[in-house]
Amino acid sequence: MSDINPMSIALKNCAKTFADGTKALEPLDLAINAGETVVFLGPSGCGKTTTLRIIAGLEEPDAGGSVLFDGQDVTQIPIEQRNVGMVFQSYALFPNMSVAENIGYGLKIRRMPAAQVRTRVGEMLAMMQIEKLANRRIDQLSGGQRQRVALARAIAVRPRALLLDEPLTALDAKLRDTLRLEIDTLLRSLKITAIYVTHDQAEAMALGDRIVVMEHGRVAQIGAPRDIYQKPASRFVADFIGTMNRLNGAVRNGVFTCRAGDLPWPAAPADASEILFRPEDIRVTEDGEPSTLRGRIASAFFLGDRTRLFVEVGERQPLVVESTARRDFSHGEQVGLAIDPRGIVIL
Amino acid sequence: MRRETQRLILLLLPAGILFSAFFLIPMAELFLIGGAGKDGWAAYAAILTNANYFNSLLATLGVAVLTTIVTLIISGISGVFLQRHKFRGNGALVAMLTFPLAFPGVVIGFMVIMLAGRQGLIGAVSEALIGDKIVFAYSLTGLFMGYVYFSIPRTILTVMAAAEKLDPKLEEAARSLGASPFRVVLDVIIPGLKPAFISAGAICFATAVGAFGTAFTLAARINVLPMVIYTEFTLAANITMAAALSFVLGAVTWIVLALARTAAGGTVAAAG
Ligand SMILES: Nc1ncnc2c1ncn2[C@@H]1O[C@H](COP(=O)(O)OP(=O)(O)O)[C@@H](O)[C@H]1O
Ligand SMILES: [Mg+2]
Repeated sequence: MSDINPMSIALKNCAKTFADGTKALEPLDLAINAGETVVFLGPSGCGKTTTLRIIAGLEEPDAGGSVLFDGQDVTQIPIEQRNVGMVFQSYALFPNMSVAENIGYGLKIRRMPAAQVRTRVGEMLAMMQIEKLANRRIDQLSGGQRQRVALARAIAVRPRALLLDEPLTALDAKLRDTLRLEIDTLLRSLKITAIYVTHDQAEAMALGDRIVVMEHGRVAQIGAPRDIYQKPASRFVADFIGTMNRLNGAVRNGVFTCRAGDLPWPAAPADASEILFRPEDIRVTEDGEPSTLRGRIASAFFLGDRTRLFVEVGERQPLVVESTARRDFSHGEQVGLAIDPRGIVIL
Repeated sequence: MRRETQRLILLLLPAGILFSAFFLIPMAELFLIGGAGKDGWAAYAAILTNANYFNSLLATLGVAVLTTIVTLIISGISGVFLQRHKFRGNGALVAMLTFPLAFPGVVIGFMVIMLAGRQGLIGAVSEALIGDKIVFAYSLTGLFMGYVYFSIPRTILTVMAAAEKLDPKLEEAARSLGASPFRVVLDVIIPGLKPAFISAGAICFATAVGAFGTAFTLAARINVLPMVIYTEFTLAANITMAAALSFVLGAVTWIVLALARTAAGGTVAAAG
């Protein structure tokens, strides 16, 4: 299946102002390597789709912006000549064609001989495990099946990049997980350059070689999922991805003092007035274990494998703490807390 | 189960009565009158054997088919354009386009004469340009033009309503797969507008088959069935023949529409 010749994509100074004056994108520079999977992540309306459509050739960047495929300027080339595959949230399958006809459409457009089209469509059907659906009408398919057909249709023409705009958002949670895994396997086996748009951070983490976090038409941070999670570049990124706890206080002699108590932290920078850390970097101390931080349980949710605790420590927001201890936590209970200083982020 | 059926029959009753009173009974009556003349049922055969009747039937159907095709092409292009491009005055233009809907056939005929008649605009212009006065208002061509003029507004409105519901993502998907704008029209837009084309085309066809006022205004020479029926009925007092022709006119129209509907129905259903 590695018959696809992936390309690199670059955006140079691409801004977008719509005809009605909406400024959807600030000038944006972005480089995507050949064969890489990049996820555009951000809240609704931050400009993800607009950026994707500029790459596809469905929108033109404002004057001064350019789109490069393998270093070649394609800004003026219409989408039908760019050879990029697209997958939409709404599937956008042709209702007047069968499943097989949908998948073969791009090949027919390219005037591929009918026998070869049949072979290639067969390959695609097999790859997506939908052989039995070949002659079905589109309205006889479930959402998950439709998205498989849409993927097969986009890949059949061997595009040089695959652009996916929230392909799983319309599906229910369980199917979303299954298909996410399938898409991940697919993208890796094809070694195709892929851009995947989502507002779901779990999807972004699972699929992306790199994630581009966007905020109000700007890039907030670009990085590998682990970097984005562990070293968020801004409060926005920290809050948007995963859960972030925060404590306000001051550092004196290698100790961070806050309302909850004292946190020994040898590497503390002297001017830290707010620290951020993830739920997995804080834990409830065992009975008898000395602890210098204390809080009161505001609520506890038993999730089966763990208990999610909201611990009141006199800050604006209670801390989120996860415990795997085999015990009950009761509302109002006083608990000791320990924070792993290695997980602390200062912004 | 029995009560369900009873209720269904009760609910169908008003429609049934209406259908019988205004359609079944008059049609049957018409059919019987057609066969009640001195020649009996031969009146029906005469429609096929009498060259005059048969030619007028063919002319009527021919003009109606041509009107339908040309109207659909013009309205399809303009309707999609007006829906897609909102320019200043778009609303006013659409409102103005619906003007002819209110005109009686006589007015339409009069407008055709003003355009292509002996004192018409086309004649004047062509005389100035090529020294030849082009006049076609008083023929089938004039009639055809009048019908197209009359049918376009209604069809444009239907097409615009349907074009609004087209999913732009389908067109984008087709383009991403390499389809040229022309292929997009062929593979996405036309199939998407097909139900609208069928219903608007059916109305257009039926109107063109039955319209009388326009033909009457243009000339007595135009040999279309409504005119023949009128002549048989009022001038020749041949009520039997008029009834037979009317019945056949209705039946043929019905058959053509039913054929179009099933032909399209199959593909429309297959398209989901
Ligand atoms: N065709 C358009 N005309 C005007 N504004 C638009 C258009 N498309 C998108 N926008 C606006 O641009 C901004 C970015 O939109 P979009 O890229 O779709 O966001 P996202 O995909 O991240 O949810 C939004 O404020 C949206 O309302
Ligand atoms: Mg979007």
